[in-house]
Amino acid sequence: MTPQLAIFFVLAALAVLGALNLIIQRHPIHSALSLIVVMIALAGLYLLMGSEFVAAVQIIVYGGAIMVLFVFVIMLLNAGVEERTNVSKLAGVAGIPLAVALLGFLAAAIARSNESAQAGVESGTLANTKEISTMLFKDFVYPFELTSFLILVAIVGAIVLAQREKS
Amino acid sequence: MVPTSYYLILSAVLFGLGVVAFVFKRNVITIFMSIELMLNAVNLAFVAFSQARHQSDGQVFVLFVIVVAAAEAAVGLGIIILMSRNRQSLNVERVDFLKL
Repeated sequence: MTPQLAIFFVLAALAVLGALNLIIQRHPIHSALSLIVVMIALAGLYLLMGSEFVAAVQIIVYGGAIMVLFVFVIMLLNAGVEERTNVSKLAGVAGIPLAVALLGFLAAAIARSNESAQAGVESGTLANTKEISTMLFKDFVYPFELTSFLILVAIVGAIVLAQREKS
Repeated sequence: MVPTSYYLILSAVLFGLGVVAFVFKRNVITIFMSIELMLNAVNLAFVAFSQARHQSDGQVFVLFVIVVAAAEAAVGLGIIILMSRNRQSLNVERVDFLKL
């Protein structure tokens, strides 16, 4: 087993365990912390693949900004342990088979396209950040500008939604 | 050198776990976090394909997905704050009307 494969398995196990812990934990703050573990593990996988810019953005934006926002809202709303209401039978009966079916379809699609995907991911083969920036500001300029507009709309929407109503 | 299919299988497993969390969790914040988990799984598949085919398009798309996820988190958490203010609860079972 090459060291890269070993690192991959460690990080993949970390990500899957974090995702499982997100489901098992009943307090939202514990779920949020395990989601942070998943995101850090994914950032490590991006580094392993040699896309260092995406790894940095993953840590800064996901691990830094978005998860801090989640933790902040959980503390602001004083969210307690999730209460078990009468669990809907439909979720138990239909949920598990549907999730298994979805996983099966995805696995079948991956297995069928296996010969094209067998090439493998080497580490650090591209001069990544430079190429991404060239592409972002040359080929994808209009989508890039549209995202800035989207963020503006999101800021205005968040302020309008969360402001206190005048009584 | 790690085969691309390993990354895709990991991505599928993470997406499936996100779907399971989305279906089974009752707290609206945790449901929102499971959506973020699914977006992350898709990002992993994007980057794996981008590196396997030696094209950077996939990584640019990942940037766009992250930007949209950030905007979605801001608006969604605003809606959650509004919901807990009007209903005094974060349980989705108690919010089964469209009208707040």
